[in-house]
Amino acid sequence: MIRSTLARRLCLSALFAFTLVGAGPAPAAVFNPETFTLDNGLQVVVVPNHRAPVVTHMVWYRVGAADEPLGNSGIAHFLEHLMFKGTETMPPGAFSSEVARLGGNENAFTAQDYTAYFQTVAAEHLETMMRFEADRMANLALTDEHVLPERQVILEERRQRVENDPGAQLSEMMRASLFLHHPYGTPIIGWEHEMRGLTTADALAFYEKWYTPNNAIVVISGDVTAEEVRPMAERTYGQVPRRAVPERKRVEEPAQTAPRRVVLESAQVQQPSWSRLYLAPSYNRDPENAAYALEVLAEILGDGPPGRLYRGLVVEDKVATSAGAYYSADAFDLGTFGFYGSPLPGAEIEPVEAAIDAAIDRLLKEGVTEAEVEAAKGRLQAGAVKARDSLFGPARTFGAALTTGSTIEDVESWPERIGAVTVEQVNEAARAVLTPETSVTGLLLPKPTS
Amino acid sequence: MRVQKFLAAGAIALMTAAGGASAQSNPVERAIPVERVVSPGGIEAWLVEDHGNPIISVALGFRAGAASDPEGKAGLAEMVSGLLDEGAGDLESQAFQQRLADLAVDLGFDAGRDSFTGSMRTLTENRDAAFDLLRLALTEPRFDPGPVERIRSQVLARLASRVNDPTEIADRVWWRATFPDHPYGRQPSGRPETIGRITTEDLHNFVDQRFARDNLVLGVVGDITAAELGPLLDETFGALPPAATPVSVEPVTPSAAGELIVVDRTVPQSVVMFGQRGLQRNDPDFYAASLVNHILGGGGFSSRLMQEVRVKRGLAYSIGTYLYPLDHAGLLMGHVATQNTRVGESIDVIRAEWRRMQEEGPTAEELADAKTYLIGSYPLNFTSTGSTAQVLVAVQLENLGIDYFNRRTALIEGVTLDEAKRVAGELLDPANLATIVVGAPEGLTPTRSAPDDAS
Repeated sequence: MIRSTLARRLCLSALFAFTLVGAGPAPAAVFNPETFTLDNGLQVVVVPNHRAPVVTHMVWYRVGAADEPLGNSGIAHFLEHLMFKGTETMPPGAFSSEVARLGGNENAFTAQDYTAYFQTVAAEHLETMMRFEADRMANLALTDEHVLPERQVILEERRQRVENDPGAQLSEMMRASLFLHHPYGTPIIGWEHEMRGLTTADALAFYEKWYTPNNAIVVISGDVTAEEVRPMAERTYGQVPRRAVPERKRVEEPAQTAPRRVVLESAQVQQPSWSRLYLAPSYNRDPENAAYALEVLAEILGDGPPGRLYRGLVVEDKVATSAGAYYSADAFDLGTFGFYGSPLPGAEIEPVEAAIDAAIDRLLKEGVTEAEVEAAKGRLQAGAVKARDSLFGPARTFGAALTTGSTIEDVESWPERIGAVTVEQVNEAARAVLTPETSVTGLLLPKPTS
Repeated sequence: MRVQKFLAAGAIALMTAAGGASAQSNPVERAIPVERVVSPGGIEAWLVEDHGNPIISVALGFRAGAASDPEGKAGLAEMVSGLLDEGAGDLESQAFQQRLADLAVDLGFDAGRDSFTGSMRTLTENRDAAFDLLRLALTEPRFDPGPVERIRSQVLARLASRVNDPTEIADRVWWRATFPDHPYGRQPSGRPETIGRITTEDLHNFVDQRFARDNLVLGVVGDITAAELGPLLDETFGALPPAATPVSVEPVTPSAAGELIVVDRTVPQSVVMFGQRGLQRNDPDFYAASLVNHILGGGGFSSRLMQEVRVKRGLAYSIGTYLYPLDHAGLLMGHVATQNTRVGESIDVIRAEWRRMQEEGPTAEELADAKTYLIGSYPLNFTSTGSTAQVLVAVQLENLGIDYFNRRTALIEGVTLDEAKRVAGELLDPANLATIVVGAPEGLTPTRSAPDDAS
């Protein structure tokens, strides 16, 4: 969770690899992705990677939890589960059985801004995967017989992820408080009382509204080329007719005028922890051009030993056992900038909060140094080289970027844009984002024994 | 592109076809040309060259894990794993960390029950410096008081943060009940009181006694040749002592067969962990057991337990089983999580499926599909330098031999339906399951109480 932004945007660059390896000027290529768009509007992105004779095939829909109708929270994620329940010609579970029989792995995930389905299989089975995905893009067949047991499954998923875990409950309350009006404040899995009422008709309505080739992106990473993929895509996805898709328009956050504080005390908690979220720009909503500077800032503050917070609070002052910061810029609307810390075993939480507040104050007053900025940029760019060392990572990076308003060019130029960040930009971005009025502070505490 | 024509046919036809495994190509050989590299000084590593990216990954394993932690000092191996990158040679903790960061080297260690593993990943241009940091970490760790106390507090904080987590409780209780008088019954991460007892001398002793050339295995993958690797092996690992101090961990049979233990916790969902004796990795029936486990509960959406517990009845989000072969015991384990009112039903369904597999074994079609999965999915392990290096180490730790990559397909193919049925009948027994439930389950009658120190 904490490392997600970094990890995701680090899956970006070959450019830096070339600048490291060869001395000459950096070529424009990064992952060398190839892309084309079918007549029905479906975009295909291919990231060749010939290490092993396998491919990761992903379908991304530009729809997520933040696009749900009011009162239907959880329907995007519920539909994701129901997409495995068969089509007009495939019995429920048949797609999954076939993937397994072919030696493949598969899964799906839902976020606020996107829903994605993927399989990793031997490259020779790619077209089979494409045909099955194209089939369920258009021909989903749902009956109560299969939908109602699955509704129990998502309720069990919620119990497992949230209700059995006080930390997850606090996190849910913090996001609900951070976003006063925007749907990002509603949990992706849904509110329990609304999940109980989700129906087959709700799922089908959501499916028919959003699942269409012109609202989807296919990303294929692995032992294949665009030239090979194109005829397969035309034979499979190309046969699915396009439909009109609504504009993704969510309500805007109002001006926020007071900091919020959420405290969860639980008998389950023995080790307290502290965290804070600030509203922030995203790559897509970035009028001040602050997103890249905020990535550098998060790297300077850090979530590990070279970071300012770990070094200051954990190593030097010994007031915390962990401390760090992170930034999530992959969002169609607002991003978030977060801080966290935890006291030494048996110690109180207050000194940790005071120390992080002091670190933020010092940052806002004194700013960051040139040396910090240069070191952070180097680490981010080196991490981007290593991000190529993966099949799934690059596919995920392109899918998340293209469903949240970014472009292939944005992904490709990431190391360059990181490289262009200045001390002044980092300091300006910090002052613009780290304002108490747009923040929520959360405390996870043991229940006092009375 | 090798699109097999018969697979490009209609989907329904594929569904009903049994799909013989012989139709699968086995691409591992082409994908994984593993080379044995022996340094001038006699240190062996398995190498997969891959010059696609300027990246090198090293994985290492010592045959010495948490099971050999001294009595009363559980967590020693784990403490060592957290401290090797906290200062070594002339570099104090922060200087060492800064150097790792400046060179963009990823370095990490992990303590398992039977082995101590590590991984290092670097860009090619920093290769020699990165290998040198690995050398320092393994052969000259400082264990200065500041970092030792800091890491100790982090281990204690992590233990505290998990102490009441239902999944963690189930895990602790299961292992404690199953191995009451054996080091496997302890948590590799230790307990607060054992972490508190660990001294700097213990840390140095662990490194001096457990890290040696005769119990080390190495996997190297990426942008490096055999000729380049040979001398680097000597420079990096040559300073290790030739032989580790022998430790003896006794073979052990799982206890608590047939027991049902309930740990009361006020949570809406009960977490269940269950298991019985399994097979060790060198057992000739291991491949048959892997196939049976895949069909019973190991295989994603298509396993019998997934179908019966989740798909048909909506009793759980996650349900699964797995073989857990240890060096001195074999286990077959599983987990499920179900709301308190229906957890009894989940357990009943699991026991019934356990018995059905015991009595009837898999069908011919299930076995064929399981074989194509286990064979076809193997190359999915080789999609990054790091994951490939880890497989190279795992295969060595399990003593499978460098020809394993070529033999594996035939070993799986060769399991007959009769063999699978025999192994299912001999291995599985619902009466042997030790079951731990953490939560507020309704309608369950425990057979005994939880072991003392586990809650």
